Amino acid sequence: MIEFQNVSKTYPNGVKGLNDINLTIHEGEFVVIVGLSGAGKSTLLRSINRLIEVTHGEIFIDGQSITMAKGISLRRIRRDIGMIFQTFNLVKRSTVLRNVLSGRVGYLPTWRTLLGLFPKQDVHSAFQALDRVNILEKAYSRATELSGGQQQRVSIARALAQEAKIILADEPVASLDPLTTKQVMDDLKRINQDLGITTIVNLHFIDLAREYATRIIGLRAGEVVFDGPVSAATDERFAEIYGRPIHEKELLGAEA
Amino acid sequence: MMNLPLEKRNYPEPPSKLKTYLTVFILLLLFFASAMKTNASISDLVVGFPNMLELLKQMIPPNWLYFEKILPAMLETIRMALLGTTFGAIIAIPIALFSANNIVKNYFFYYPARFILNIIRTVPDLLLAAIFVSIFGLGTLPGILALTIFSIGLVAKLTYEAIESIDTGPLEAMTAVGANKIQWIFYGVIPQVLPHYISYVLYTFEVNIRAAAVLGLVGAGGIGLYYDRTLGFFEYDKTSSIILFTLVVVLLIDYISTKLREKLL
Repeated sequence: MIEFQNVSKTYPNGVKGLNDINLTIHEGEFVVIVGLSGAGKSTLLRSINRLIEVTHGEIFIDGQSITMAKGISLRRIRRDIGMIFQTFNLVKRSTVLRNVLSGRVGYLPTWRTLLGLFPKQDVHSAFQALDRVNILEKAYSRATELSGGQQQRVSIARALAQEAKIILADEPVASLDPLTTKQVMDDLKRINQDLGITTIVNLHFIDLAREYATRIIGLRAGEVVFDGPVSAATDERFAEIYGRPIHEKELLGAEA
Repeated sequence: MMNLPLEKRNYPEPPSKLKTYLTVFILLLLFFASAMKTNASISDLVVGFPNMLELLKQMIPPNWLYFEKILPAMLETIRMALLGTTFGAIIAIPIALFSANNIVKNYFFYYPARFILNIIRTVPDLLLAAIFVSIFGLGTLPGILALTIFSIGLVAKLTYEAIESIDTGPLEAMTAVGANKIQWIFYGVIPQVLPHYISYVLYTFEVNIRAAAVLGLVGAGGIGLYYDRTLGFFEYDKTSSIILFTLVVVLLIDYISTKLREKLL
């Protein structure tokens, strides 16, 4: 469970990223956050695992405050939260397997990870994670040899190897083509349903949001302007979130 | 519609060349002022030229038998360069990490580290060797130490600049995974800079071979000692064999190292 309590974020240049956010996200939900660029989607997501420090309020992960956590307890909380980025953020020169195994380092003593001595069990779970996203045969390829969609699946596998209880995906499909987008979103949805991992995704395309989400949160200028099930997210409500009627380009099109 | 011929008055005004002229003027001024202050004169060069030819004449043919005599010294030079580069490259790793402002965010750490690096890089290797000779006496040890210090400066400087230009994505990912700082460096930073680092070490080895060849002039071991000796005894045929031998070794190592570095990056 993720709880936001009066969370605000003001950037050093005075821009308000988040304004008094109060939210509770329950286990197993598939939440999609929508809003215009600059509405605070990324800030909201990154404040959950504290890649961004909030300036006011507190965020609780399963009752534990990540806002107050330090050192090892902060790393322990982060270990339970997988993250998927728009730019994949893999080490391109390293093999796929090593990238996936890097998700395990939080569980192992430092010396083991430095020597690359991963326990058999960890290597096994890395292969399992790759199998789950259907790129097992790429395990020994360098990440740079893979297509964008494949790289994104490697980063999903990394989050799986991490045995994350929550997965945050920050615009995971923004740099992918429509067909690959569908595959990656399907992977996320399947993992959410099979393993019960709470999933929070930032998306640009509102038809994708409708298709995959169990709950949609609309942000506008750092404030929650919509929070409800997909059925309530009508075109009119979206128009409110975006502050104008929906354009063609906010829809991914027929493939999705 | 047809294009009308472009009238001369329609040409855009070219940007002013004043800055270029001024730069060239200042450079010329500096050049001639330096020449005057150092008493360099063309007439001296002309007068001295026959001496130069005389020297060259004495250098030819090289004393081919001398090669065998200097082979141990040449191998010693290569060994010195190898040891100095290795020690320097190892010590350079922590210094490079401490100097990179995307690894150590606090400038209380990276400023002192960079300051030390700058000091190291200011001291010429020959001076370092001379200092170590006066401490440890004649031999290869002061030479190796001088090359070590010199290598630290070069490798650490190039490496920390490479570290500062790496992709921050994997670093963010490692933070999100819950890695501690050491794991963060080993999984986010090192895989990205390792090829650059190896390339810089090879390059430093090339430079060190050349540097090691003259360290003997101040008594720090290697082939340089023989330069000094043969020049002192006016045995110019021997000097030229040393020069040729050094040239061959340097070219060979440069070639191998360049090929290796091409493969890396």
